[in-house]
Amino acid sequence: MADVYINAKFVGTIDDPTVFVSEIKDHRRKGTFPLEVNVYHDTVAQEVRIFSDEGRSRRPLIIIREGKSLLTAKHCEQLKDGEITWFDLVRQGVIEYLDAAEEENALVAWDEDNITTDHTHMEVTKGSISGVTASLVPFGNFMPSQRLIIGSKNQKQALGFYAANYSLRMDMDANILHYSQAPLVRTKVHDVSGYGDHPSGQNMVVAVMCYDGYNMEDGVILNKSSVERGLARSTYYKPVSAEELRYSGGLIDEISVPDKDVKGYRSEKDYSLLEGDGLVYPEAKLSEGDVVIGRTSPPRFLSSMDEYNLSAATRRESSISLKHGDRGVADFVVVTENEEGNRLVQVRLREERIPEIGDKFTSRHGQKGVTGVLVPQQDIPFSVSGIVPDLIFTPHGISSRMTVSHLIELLGGKVGALGGRYVDGTLFESETEEDLRTELQKLGFREDGTEVFHDGRTGRQMLARIYVGSMYYLRLRHMVANKIQARARGPIQLLTRQPTEGKAKEGGLRLGEMEKDTLIAHGASLLLKERFDADKVVVPVCEKSGLMGFYDFRRNGKAISPMFGENSDLSNIEISYAFKLMLDEVRSLGIYAKLVLNNKY
Amino acid sequence: MKSDETQKIIAGYKNVLPISVRDEVERSLPSTISKSNATQIMDETVAAYNAARINAGESVGLVSAESIGEPGTQMTLNTFHFAGVAEMNITTGLPRIIEIFDAQKTLKTPIMEVFMNKPHNTNMDTIKKFAASIKETLFDEFVVEFSLNIFEQTLKVTLHKDLLEEHDLTEKDLIKAIKTKAKGFSVESSEGSILFTQKGKAGEIKELYNLKEKIRVVKVKGLKGIKQVLPVKRDEEYIVLTSGTNLKDILDLPEVDVARTTSNDIHEVYKVLGVEAVRQAIINEVYKVIEAQGLNIDVRHIMLVADLMTTNGNVKGITRYGVVSEKASVLARASFETPIKHLINAALEGEIDNLTSVVENVMINQPVPLGTGLPGLVTKMK
Repeated sequence: MADVYINAKFVGTIDDPTVFVSEIKDHRRKGTFPLEVNVYHDTVAQEVRIFSDEGRSRRPLIIIREGKSLLTAKHCEQLKDGEITWFDLVRQGVIEYLDAAEEENALVAWDEDNITTDHTHMEVTKGSISGVTASLVPFGNFMPSQRLIIGSKNQKQALGFYAANYSLRMDMDANILHYSQAPLVRTKVHDVSGYGDHPSGQNMVVAVMCYDGYNMEDGVILNKSSVERGLARSTYYKPVSAEELRYSGGLIDEISVPDKDVKGYRSEKDYSLLEGDGLVYPEAKLSEGDVVIGRTSPPRFLSSMDEYNLSAATRRESSISLKHGDRGVADFVVVTENEEGNRLVQVRLREERIPEIGDKFTSRHGQKGVTGVLVPQQDIPFSVSGIVPDLIFTPHGISSRMTVSHLIELLGGKVGALGGRYVDGTLFESETEEDLRTELQKLGFREDGTEVFHDGRTGRQMLARIYVGSMYYLRLRHMVANKIQARARGPIQLLTRQPTEGKAKEGGLRLGEMEKDTLIAHGASLLLKERFDADKVVVPVCEKSGLMGFYDFRRNGKAISPMFGENSDLSNIEISYAFKLMLDEVRSLGIYAKLVLNNKY
Repeated sequence: MKSDETQKIIAGYKNVLPISVRDEVERSLPSTISKSNATQIMDETVAAYNAARINAGESVGLVSAESIGEPGTQMTLNTFHFAGVAEMNITTGLPRIIEIFDAQKTLKTPIMEVFMNKPHNTNMDTIKKFAASIKETLFDEFVVEFSLNIFEQTLKVTLHKDLLEEHDLTEKDLIKAIKTKAKGFSVESSEGSILFTQKGKAGEIKELYNLKEKIRVVKVKGLKGIKQVLPVKRDEEYIVLTSGTNLKDILDLPEVDVARTTSNDIHEVYKVLGVEAVRQAIINEVYKVIEAQGLNIDVRHIMLVADLMTTNGNVKGITRYGVVSEKASVLARASFETPIKHLINAALEGEIDNLTSVVENVMINQPVPLGTGLPGLVTKMK
């Protein structure tokens, strides 16, 4: 006896649930029931639950009957020859999809060797434990799981060849890697996903060693000469757009070179890059502040008087210029219309990005690092055979993170590069380290992958042999050029008169609470004051009332007390504007905050 | 005993050296020392003492705060906050530090370490017996069954005989303990049971029921508040750890070593032993945690905090209700939690801020009176 539920609704009871469930499964495998049906027998609660609704994630498994896989060698032959497809196997009842509930009743073997008579299913591939991006990590079963996750996440940030029509697209923050290469060490998923058609990295010669500490704390050292030859070079694209907005009263923005009588006109020189249509000419070199698109807007408030005023001088300048820190070459211009039917103009900027100090690189094993230094080829250590690494990776990154796969890939890459073949690093099904080692030895190298190195600067042989090989390295999209920011003086906030925050607003770097404490701890009192002088202000304070006064320029700039007018002495004091603001706020609450002045000396 | 001569020399340094330093010097001087040598030693002690002193204008408080605070951040990240001592849990790590510095009234795990005097601390059996005797034991624990007889208006309590023996008690002892609660009832005891009968006229059954509820929670034996005891071996002697504290009553017991027995409840230490003891208790308790964490913080930082917490003669936590509320400056108080409350109260009272401390001077952008900001320039105004 068991209750039967279809899509969580009770429909009735059944006498023999075991037979009932197996009948449903048979029907599904024969094709008399829809393939989407899953059934689950809860033996504890005495319930049979049938599901056919949407929203269940299901996965394919090979059916096993009486200890034998239904997928035969014949099927595989036919698949190879293209006589049948995957879906034929599903229809034939060789492969079926299970949902989370039915999986509870299944015993899944993970490969053919482990099948017993108790097993009901077998994995299609051992690698199905991981998803698509995680499958792109070679030798993924030789690393801790969290590193695998980091490694697969890093790949999503890698520069590559993201779309073949990139030259026609207006993507925000697009990057294209020059000369991207297919990885030498690959997995089967690379083949399936066509990774070679849109690769996102390059095979680099990597040496695992230190070099004057420039790769400490996860740094990497790049070969400057390699970089000059085009290693990891990329192009950055960023569009600038402007729209002809419509306003009430039939008024409209106009994209054109602004007339001289327009309000807020910059200068003739500022518009010199624009062509007659108000757009920058192609291949123009632009830097921050340059006008890219000339535009004028109708006056903001149209009073009744202005309607009779026929002059066009009331139009405002509203050109688009490059923001702080932006630069590039005008690459591509599009003039089109947007959803509202407004004229839309987009100018795409292009900038070549050559790897520099601070750019981020990673292997596929969660071993990301930031460039610490670029060293000319002649100074980099070289092997006896004359091989100079493109990148020097720190050995300290391995021990604590236990990414053995990183080391195996290095070995595999070396075998691949020397043997002129791809190396298979598929999860659980990879070539063995042992095979790679023997192959390396046959190729005439030490089987452990190390080589005798010489210091490029002194020519001296290094004491240790260096582990060197080829690895697929990725350049990540976090580049210093997008992030670098510094200021000595610059814009301030209106309300507090303190420096603005953030790169976009050319902001300052805050000297925070804890940084303040360090100055106090050193007793550097006057230095501290100077650091906080950014919003200092001198205000006249009435000595009688203790209130802040003001200068009246109708009376020759005389300081006036808000309470006693001219009949009081006012002294100038220097305070932070933030404090002045606080006093004003307190006063607005009806609290009489009084400043009592004392002579400092 | 030192010669009077030497003592006299040492006493001459009364105003330049604290008593603890003077005593130490006196203890370590050989009795045969000459007068000139003694004077020379004292002079050098004064020089060393002055060299070790903190300079004027050194921001000791901030340095202490950072010195405790920075290792504290590591504590949150990589510690278990409970350290199991046999069957007892003790709060350690950051939660314990917070507990102490905030001077919290109720602790998560109140604990006493009871040390014993010489003959009592050598044998596990005696210590076990002592531990059992201080544990708070309620009447209820000995009861097998309460039976109310409605017709005869009696309450019969059946007792656990083995347990009584184990605790070295008789029915009479139990009756003695509950006597005050059982007024108006006649009490008879027999082997393994106690019978309560209402005296005089038969009252309501409810009163018998109330009696039952009342006597259940009567303490029969031990000290109030001590919920669990654990005899353990510490170094060469046996001590008792207790969960739940009652320092006052424990110290009254003759077997207990009064000098070493402690409670981790700083408020209790304050009540029983006074403010100087609390200061030391704070230092000890905090340092215990820091040592357990393997951190390296100079005791003097903790001493400073302990001084600050006890300087008023009572215990104040480092909270907005405790130490912070004592700050002289309105602006400094307002910059630490609940600014509106402080500003409004200051306005009501007409408080004046003399800008003598750090925070308020940073606020108004004036040099802070520390380090280079401390000295002033004296000039003759013509």
